[in-house]
Amino acid sequence: MSTVAETQIKLTPEHDARPGSTVRSRLQDLLPKIVLAPSFAATIVFVYGFILWTIYLSFTNSKTFPSYAITGPRAYQRLWRWTFESDPPSSWYTSITNMGIFGFLYIAICLALGLFLAILLDQKIRGEGVLRPIYLYPMALSFIVTGVAWKWFLDPGLGLEQTLHQWGWTSFHFDWIKNKDFVIYTVVIAGVWQASGFIMAMFLAGLRGIDGEIMKAAQIDGATTFQLYRRIVIPLLRPVFLSAFIVLAHLAIKSYDLVVALTSGGPGGSAWLPSNFMYEFTFKRNEMAVGSASAVIMLMTITAIIVPYLYSELREKSR
Amino acid sequence: MSAVTSPARQASGGIRARTLNRIVIYGLLALFALFYLMPLFVMLVTSFKTMDEIQNGNMLALPHAPTFAPWIKAWSEVCSGLTCVGMKGYFWNSIKMVVPAVVISTLLGALNGYVLTKWRFRGHTLVFAMMLFACFIPFQSVLLPMATILGSLGRFGATLRNATGFSFGLGNSTVNLVFVHVVYGLGFTTLFFRNYYEAFPTELIKAAQVDGASFFQIFRRIMLPNSLPIIVVTVIYQFTNIWNDFLFASAYAGSGDVMPMTVALNNVVNTSTGVVEYNVNMAAAMIAALPTLIVYVVAGRYFVRGLMAGAVKG
Repeated sequence: MSTVAETQIKLTPEHDARPGSTVRSRLQDLLPKIVLAPSFAATIVFVYGFILWTIYLSFTNSKTFPSYAITGPRAYQRLWRWTFESDPPSSWYTSITNMGIFGFLYIAICLALGLFLAILLDQKIRGEGVLRPIYLYPMALSFIVTGVAWKWFLDPGLGLEQTLHQWGWTSFHFDWIKNKDFVIYTVVIAGVWQASGFIMAMFLAGLRGIDGEIMKAAQIDGATTFQLYRRIVIPLLRPVFLSAFIVLAHLAIKSYDLVVALTSGGPGGSAWLPSNFMYEFTFKRNEMAVGSASAVIMLMTITAIIVPYLYSELREKSR
Repeated sequence: MSAVTSPARQASGGIRARTLNRIVIYGLLALFALFYLMPLFVMLVTSFKTMDEIQNGNMLALPHAPTFAPWIKAWSEVCSGLTCVGMKGYFWNSIKMVVPAVVISTLLGALNGYVLTKWRFRGHTLVFAMMLFACFIPFQSVLLPMATILGSLGRFGATLRNATGFSFGLGNSTVNLVFVHVVYGLGFTTLFFRNYYEAFPTELIKAAQVDGASFFQIFRRIMLPNSLPIIVVTVIYQFTNIWNDFLFASAYAGSGDVMPMTVALNNVVNTSTGVVEYNVNMAAAMIAALPTLIVYVVAGRYFVRGLMAGAVKG
């Protein structure tokens, strides 16, 4: 009991009777906040301030250089018009269509493949310690390296097609990476290759966290393996699904490097995602306002996914 | 289990089905292992082949006469655009950027995590939430303002250099990238340490306070010595992320001899003057990949923990 009382006296400067030490102990009291302040200030300025700045720019007429006279939502109106310009497709139309295709396939395949591999690995596999790192290592590579590797592998004249031709399958034809209608699917392939192992690791951790008693009980009740997974295990993995979805969704929206390295944007910009659109319009096409508007749209998309998630996570924790 | 409850004949059938089951499972696992290993394997063998062998041989074949020449060329003479000085300079650019950025962001993250768990104040959750959200923003939404600021700081640095002979690092691409990576890495490092310190017994801190230990003494003598695992996780996570970054690097150090590794690699691969030397390109890609791969091989466990902590909070 006495230690607690003592602690409180030490902690609160008002109770400190010694003269001269008040300033010091007040400083001690403020110290934690002073230590945190630079980081918090940096976040306020360089994250939230800059976001506001970008939003502001999106309402101006900025071209090559920022201009600070507000001219209204013209950039958004142009993006809106381009959203429906499908024939010939506007760069924005291509970017958001690609985002839809890439986002959906990337998330769906990574989740399915990740879960599948995790379930396979959870069958008391000998050599799990060897296989797991093999599935996961692509996550340590940069998107640029991944892009370079797959660019080579998918190149019709050098990679897979050429190899199969040499093996005698001369009719085999696979030129997606050079085809403007299919190039986005090569981005999906490389993206899945990179991230699915990590999703597998997330599911595996989830599977290992499931109480073995529940599984045993179900087995005794005569559930087949398939039923066991469908009815019991997969529903129990719901939180992992959610986390994995959040990770993948935000990786998908942020994807930029992979498109650059794998396809250099694809024939005529046919592999662009909104991130590539933003970069090209801001830094290369001198359409800074439009670039900023597209960045704001990306931000709002991610916010819509992340904020509810963070909110529930943090609230759960403080409870 | 089934052998106990069912007749022998049925049991042997069960065993056969089980064996088949195992074969299918192992087969599938091996197939996927091939899928994941293939690109790295192709990259590696290609980097040891001669151009002649690449054009006439099979992508998957091992090199007939392995040669280090592509690696040497990639390291010291490969062309990025019109400058042919190899990757070595860009490699050092990356090192010079990564090391300070990792050290500073990790240290700040540790301090922030310490304050946010052991010296809580009103609104600490909000502060943390705001820093955490910063991890997830698409960096496109801050790219342009940061470019503007770095640009004017650079001009200011030039003025300073004219006046005093020293620019104080303003306008230096490496300094700029260190700054950018520290600022946008803070959210993650803070998250890692906060979650780790959350589980650290507060009684110990209280006891140290009673003994008259100060804020920093507690941090240095009690928190840090007990933080080794999370320091390793954070350092690896930051190292991988910063080394692999392309967006900031291409926006703020996208050309000339200041490029970090990722940008240089992309330029090398897309340089189309003369014959494209695929073996050299692959060697350059391997050089870019090696540091993070080595970290992964040496400390894979911590790497995964970092990824998980970044994905699943708490």
